[in-house]
Amino acid sequence: MSSRFRASLLILGVAATALAACNREERHSRAKPIGETVPTGQSPDTIFPGSTTAQPLDARASLYDNNAPALSEGQFLYTRMNCVGCHSHGGGGMGVALMDDEWRYGGRLDQIAASIAEGRPNGMPAWRAKLTDDQIWKLAAYVRSLSGQPSKDVVNSRADAMSATSPATLTPREPVRSSDSAQQ
Amino acid sequence: MNEPPEVREEDERLAKEREKLARDGPQLKGAKLEARLERTWHRPPGILGWLATVDHKEIGRRYIVTALLFLAAGGFLALLMRLQLARPDSNLISAQRYNELFTMHGSTMMFLFAVPVMEGVAVYIIPLMLGTRSTAFPRLNAFSYYMYLFGGLLLWGAFALNIAPDIGWFAYTPLSGPQFSPGKRADIWAQMITFTEISALAAAVVLVCTILKTRAPGMTLARMPLFAWAMLVVAVMIIFSMPAVALASSMLISDRLVGTQFYNSWEHGDALLWQHLFWFFGHPEVYIIFLPATGFVSVIVETFCRRPVFAYPVVVLALVSTGILAFGLWVHHMFATGLPRVGYSFYTAASMTVAIPTALQIFCWLATMWDGRPRLQVPMLYVIGFIITFVIGGLTGVIIASVPLDLQLHDTYFIVAHFHYVLIGGAVFPLLGILTYWYPKITGRMMSDTLGKIGFWTIFLGFQLTFFPMHLSGLLGMPRRVYTYPAGLGLELPNLLSTIGAFVVASSVVLFVINGLVSLYRGAIAPANPWGATSLEWATSSPPPVYNFAHVPVVESRTPLWDIAGELPVVTGLRVDEKEILLTTVVAATPDLREPVPAASLWPFITSIAVAIFFIASIFSPWAVVFGAIPSAIAIIAWFWPKEMKREPEPVIT
Amino acid sequence: MSRRTRAAAVALLFTGACSIQHYQSTFSDAAVEVRQFNILFVIFLVICAIMYLAVIAFLVAGLVRRRRRLANVMEDGRHHESDPLLRTALIGWGVVVGTGLVGLAIASFIADRSMANAAASEKLSITLTANQWWWDVRYNSADSSKTLRTANELHLPVGVPVRIILNSNDVIHSFWVPSLAGKQDLIPGRQNDISITPTKIGIYRGQCAEYCGAQHAHMALVVNVDSYADFLKWWRHQLQPAPPPATPLALAGYNFVTGRNCSACHAIAGTPASGTVGPDLTHLASRRTIAAGTMPMGKGNLYGWVADPQSLKPGSKMPTIALEPDELHAVVAYLETLK
Repeated sequence: MSSRFRASLLILGVAATALAACNREERHSRAKPIGETVPTGQSPDTIFPGSTTAQPLDARASLYDNNAPALSEGQFLYTRMNCVGCHSHGGGGMGVALMDDEWRYGGRLDQIAASIAEGRPNGMPAWRAKLTDDQIWKLAAYVRSLSGQPSKDVVNSRADAMSATSPATLTPREPVRSSDSAQQ
Repeated sequence: MNEPPEVREEDERLAKEREKLARDGPQLKGAKLEARLERTWHRPPGILGWLATVDHKEIGRRYIVTALLFLAAGGFLALLMRLQLARPDSNLISAQRYNELFTMHGSTMMFLFAVPVMEGVAVYIIPLMLGTRSTAFPRLNAFSYYMYLFGGLLLWGAFALNIAPDIGWFAYTPLSGPQFSPGKRADIWAQMITFTEISALAAAVVLVCTILKTRAPGMTLARMPLFAWAMLVVAVMIIFSMPAVALASSMLISDRLVGTQFYNSWEHGDALLWQHLFWFFGHPEVYIIFLPATGFVSVIVETFCRRPVFAYPVVVLALVSTGILAFGLWVHHMFATGLPRVGYSFYTAASMTVAIPTALQIFCWLATMWDGRPRLQVPMLYVIGFIITFVIGGLTGVIIASVPLDLQLHDTYFIVAHFHYVLIGGAVFPLLGILTYWYPKITGRMMSDTLGKIGFWTIFLGFQLTFFPMHLSGLLGMPRRVYTYPAGLGLELPNLLSTIGAFVVASSVVLFVINGLVSLYRGAIAPANPWGATSLEWATSSPPPVYNFAHVPVVESRTPLWDIAGELPVVTGLRVDEKEILLTTVVAATPDLREPVPAASLWPFITSIAVAIFFIASIFSPWAVVFGAIPSAIAIIAWFWPKEMKREPEPVIT
Repeated sequence: MSRRTRAAAVALLFTGACSIQHYQSTFSDAAVEVRQFNILFVIFLVICAIMYLAVIAFLVAGLVRRRRRLANVMEDGRHHESDPLLRTALIGWGVVVGTGLVGLAIASFIADRSMANAAASEKLSITLTANQWWWDVRYNSADSSKTLRTANELHLPVGVPVRIILNSNDVIHSFWVPSLAGKQDLIPGRQNDISITPTKIGIYRGQCAEYCGAQHAHMALVVNVDSYADFLKWWRHQLQPAPPPATPLALAGYNFVTGRNCSACHAIAGTPASGTVGPDLTHLASRRTIAAGTMPMGKGNLYGWVADPQSLKPGSKMPTIALEPDELHAVVAYLETLK
């Protein structure tokens, strides 16, 4: 290899790693408008009696999972849609705790989004008609951060509000255990 | 020869002893001395030598070139902003992108251009002006440049990666806090502050020690050039003000990284704390940018009016009092925040008071022109442009010092007009003049006079066209930092004029750069003192040799080169086989000590790499503060490891 | 530019300025506060202009004088001497500048004190809460059944001093209606207030004047200054709940608005929709703008806003909802009835 070729390879390599960058910082203000309100396709089931295969992760998850603006929007919605009323800031109350390792209906991003959209027994309302798909996914991403799932450089350390939990950047990552061990 | 053989042997032995003579003096001078000094003071060649340099001239040139590159980059962003604002309801640039542009423009201009270019010019010229061979702490000087470079690369690297900060150049909380600025953009901005703040502090320490301890014998504080006084005041201001912004930005990073509550109003923090801390730095910052420019003006006025500046003690006191008063004004940036109104009146009074020393300085320059014989060459044209422009900015500053007036004008384009008038009129015009003035000294060639005059008129008229209409847009209700404005408010014409003017200014900057580059090859060869000036930098060749002066000059008045009949008086006795400078006492500048100057060293560069990795990693994880400290500590320890003084004993001549 | 040309250009700009509608401009006499500003501004401008002319005169004199032979320059060896007149002039200059500045500071202080004292006698109290990027307006009343909530628009009675209490729900904003008064910041965790006494009936526009994020440029509000009678009429009307839908299309829209996404964030008095995240929509169609001044109110703009807010105000908190065409028609038909 000539030195020039090596030099340009090096530049390309640096540029590629650099530009592969920052899904963390991408701001999507508009998801696909068509089909956004009603989730398309099947909601990923979380309980498969007698089966061991989990559904593949929805393609949209990568847009939200380690995306800082999405998590921030999710935090805004979590307070304003009064998730705090039942779930507190993750510690639970009337609703289940969201900061622990137990996920009765699955702890993957798409499974949490399904739980928010469909509602769940014992009091979780269905938000499908009230929130857009985009908003639900953002909420799901934020909910995952309550148990420390996203990488620590993505989450907001705290809200500009009264402090109720330890800072999100210092929250330890809980393992995600669903009731059905065949999941994950 | 009829001498007996013993005497001849003795003569030969003495001659051999004298060959090993290590100091300059009557026995060692002229070309032989210059060759020896050149050998001692040159740095190793090659890329490692380039990275290891401790020559203040090389470091100064790097500062100036890097700062001018950032000026061009920030100016380009301004052109993009003006294109977007040329028409109402324009969609050329999106809101998000525009917000990034004005953040990058402001941060680049304030942190990566204005302060570093002043430091760079000072680092280059102060040792020459003071008659010494090196700054104090030359390795710290090199370190400060690398920290500045890495801070700039961090910010612009983020811009290239599309993660530029979008919080404004002064990043008010809670907008820049963890909830409202998700991601790492604001952390990158805050860490850039840390880099440039450390760089500025290091350069300030270098300048203070150089100015106080390394002056030529006889250059008492009362005979020191006004530019050196300006840089002394500025360096002390940097030392007192930079820690405030470093603290503020570190607290912001801490809030964002580990969830502290410094700026959280709901947890006994305060959103306004940021503003106080930032502006406690921010107001002295603008004087840190302006006062070196007043030094430039004093230099140019002295040379081109053929007499020293009128009322030297008044100018010195004006510099010092501006520097002190500047620390008492910061709340005038916060008049709209709802702090107690009677307290505001104090800051109104202080803001008006600080205009008095500046007004006296302006009188002294004008009096020098009155009493002298002004020669209207390019640097002097820039000084005239400075007077015409800066005074407008200063007077709009007096207007907005008043609280009822500021409550209408704050955060409007009137303020944008004001600060561009004082920053461009008050700092950039003198800078362009001084670059033209010292270009022969730095490069050995003269800049083109024709291009210089065209460039001056273009930038002067273009500037007025760009920024004067902004006073009107502000009064007509246009707030700052808006990516567009509605039609029908009368803002179309002023904005269009500003956009046209911006392109005129940009073309004049391009012209200046072309002038600078072409003159490097085609400019007239410059003698040692092409302008017939009086300060010591003109007593050595253009460009100076690496050791600056063959002998240490002695100064007996404020205008040394104008008051000597023939040769410049010197003192001799510094070693020529080791790098050495003469330290003198602080006030009276009597010779005090011979100080060894460090050799070229890679440790400043290595330390700055280690510290840069430490700072950049700590944007992403608090553990970097622990682990990043280790390589930094190793590098610093290696840098400061005491070196054995391997010195050969000097022969004693009887 | 020669001074004469520059003076002509300024005059042109000002005459140009005079032909503009000054509904968002300090060139106004629509309120007590802005009148005080204009008087003080003119005083400052005149004195500063005099000082500037003095500086320029000295500059010109110095340059014109350079041809004389008796300069104190180094070529003649006299560079250590100075014209004795200059020493007197320096002291005089210092005295003049000092006196001028003291005078201006006193004028400013007097104006400031008079404005602060005038703020004590308001008869109407409004609470303004700033959000990213809209204004939540609440007319306070001792009787809580008479508390009125609206958004992005103020109606003020002429001649009545009003006190506006300023809060923020998120970041620092700034309330600024240049035709009426100076600005005051809205800072989370602090309560500020501002006092306005409008003196001229008209419609004025204000804008947020502290950078508050992506859509800072689209955070305007409209201030209607009405006669006292008109104000009372408006106020009483605003206290009414929304009228029930009259046509089938409007009914379909009502069902969508109260049953679907809209009610998660918006409130409409007299309907089950009681969200507090977004602006109150009870009398939406009576306002002059949509989305805090982003667009003028109108059928087409309503369609555009409801269909895709993110393309008109990207980053705003209102999501783009996938509406079927008949849903869109229904929603807009219902919103238009909210006068």
